[in-house]
Amino acid sequence: MSGLLDVRDLHVTYAGSGGDVPAVRGLDLALDPGDTLGVAGESGSGKSTVALALLRLLPATARVTGHILLEGEDVLGMKWGRLRAVRWVGASVVFQGAMHSLNPVQRIGDQIAEPLILHGTVRPNQVASRVAELLEQVGLPASRSRDHPHQLSGGQRQRVMIAMALACEPRLIIADEATTALDVMIQAQILALLRGLVEETGIGMLMISHDLSVLAATCDRVAVMYAGRIVEEGPARDVVHRPAHPYASALSAAFPKIGDPASRLAPRGLPGDPPDPADPPSGCVFRPRCAVAASVCATVDPPLWPVHPENDGRSDRRAACVHVGPGVAGGAGGAGEISTEETSR
Amino acid sequence: MSAPTGPTDTPTTDDVVRSPRALARARRREALGRFARAYARNRAGMFGLASLLTIGVLALTAPLFIDPAHLTVTGAPGGSLEPPSAEFPLGTDNFGRSVLDLIIWGARVSLTVGLLATFVSVTLGTLAGITAGHFGSSGGLAGRLVSSVIMRVTDWFLVLPTLVLAVALAAVLPRGTGTIILAIGLTVWPPTARLVRAQTLAVEARPFVERARALGGGHAHVMGWHVLPNVMPVVLAQTTLLVATSIIAESTLAFLGMGDPTTISWGGILQAARTSGAISAGIWWYIVPPGLAIAVVALSFTLCGRAFESVMNPRLRGGSG
Repeated sequence: MSGLLDVRDLHVTYAGSGGDVPAVRGLDLALDPGDTLGVAGESGSGKSTVALALLRLLPATARVTGHILLEGEDVLGMKWGRLRAVRWVGASVVFQGAMHSLNPVQRIGDQIAEPLILHGTVRPNQVASRVAELLEQVGLPASRSRDHPHQLSGGQRQRVMIAMALACEPRLIIADEATTALDVMIQAQILALLRGLVEETGIGMLMISHDLSVLAATCDRVAVMYAGRIVEEGPARDVVHRPAHPYASALSAAFPKIGDPASRLAPRGLPGDPPDPADPPSGCVFRPRCAVAASVCATVDPPLWPVHPENDGRSDRRAACVHVGPGVAGGAGGAGEISTEETSR
Repeated sequence: MSAPTGPTDTPTTDDVVRSPRALARARRREALGRFARAYARNRAGMFGLASLLTIGVLALTAPLFIDPAHLTVTGAPGGSLEPPSAEFPLGTDNFGRSVLDLIIWGARVSLTVGLLATFVSVTLGTLAGITAGHFGSSGGLAGRLVSSVIMRVTDWFLVLPTLVLAVALAAVLPRGTGTIILAIGLTVWPPTARLVRAQTLAVEARPFVERARALGGGHAHVMGWHVLPNVMPVVLAQTTLLVATSIIAESTLAFLGMGDPTTISWGGILQAARTSGAISAGIWWYIVPPGLAIAVVALSFTLCGRAFESVMNPRLRGGSG
């Protein structure tokens, strides 16, 4: 596997006061250079935990097992010094909430220069020009480098965060809810900026958001997470518009479609709450909230199966639902399409 | 009022296209002006500042109008224990030295020791507080152990009577002004450490610290670059308050005979007054002035510190009038 990022069987368990709480339960992800992968899911599905686990930023109380291969090197097995070197040079993070991710008492130019100086990426006398270059790259005038964060608007601060993420020319950018706190116009600008940067530089981007429409607009592929596991993964268009897993279709249906009066008159949410990670239901974890649950769902915890496989059994989409799986009620894929129609009716 | 903004008010062609740097300078000047105006509204703070400036100028310029030879026992200009007169406004001591001159000269030592001891203790306290707070919140098992050890040492110094510890230190170390500074500095740092640790914990919980770790920043980087500037306002307010404590501690040590007998300090004058029997003889001009000087300086620093704190902390601003 020559991919940029290859996550295999990732488990993250938080040690809670009432016992262990598994936040991520066996997650596989793969990302090639120049690709963008979106990870969607509701609050508590474990998407931010995944983002932090990739660079081992989780608190010491979290137990992480599995393999996180960043350019073939296992992040989980790295020594502290090597890990620090990989942080930001190998992969950088655009954090959620730029207003809090910037130090209020330091100038933004100095903060963008932080990774440059820490990693010795450029010679000290070239730091200023590199900072100016980065600011231009994200569409801010270089003169703003002398400003403090409070002098910038929310969108400008997010641009600063992106400039900071680009500073050491990482191969991978992890955008964790990078546009969530912004209004729609700024969000569109930031997304266009990110998309342009990926096209220009050929870096990989892992984009984490609860907003499927954002991911659909930005990413090549989308993975939908539920209760610490991927329940559907495939090309962004297919996952958003023709979801195979009932949870993915509920998530997709939760966003109103412009120009479709039916969806406006009958807005659909998903009843119930995500399962308690400390005490998940038996079988399929989505069963208690699922509209198409069958009796078999109580016993079978389905793995990711190919959706609409070709004759050789291969497909670019996978979903973890018994209705998608081989030889179960209605045959491969059929039920998936039905559930989509049901939710969008 | 219009004087500071005068240059920027004049509408010239340069004004329209001022460089960002000039804008930033103007903004900073304005912020400083706001701070000064808010401080000036605090009357107690202004009183403290005025009296400190007066004492500071007097102490600095003392050699210009006081002949050091007159402050020696042999070169004393007056008779023993003369009451206040036109020549000696505060009378003379048992050697015939002018008490007013002694007080002014004593301010030099008292202020020096007070400021330096404060510097030592604030440095120590900040160092201990940031280290304990940083490793306590983000470190692993070893880090939390380091943090616990630091805080237990702090607690130990905190429960130990400061004066007893300072006396013990001053007695063990060789005599001199440096010893006094060290003895005070080593004993009054624990409250600063606790304060800074609490502030560090608050700062460390903010997302930019996580961001700094994510971009490869080590412990030193996070503590020095992110936490320290954010705890500085607390440290500065604490500094102004600690100076008063240090000056009183210095006077106490000198009064107890732990000071350097060759230098003149307010505590030392009080001790000389006591040993010469001025208290039982009712020689008030020998005892009251140094006591008042200590009280005025300590009060002034405290008033300044409180005014500073109330200007920096918006929550206190409403109450101070």
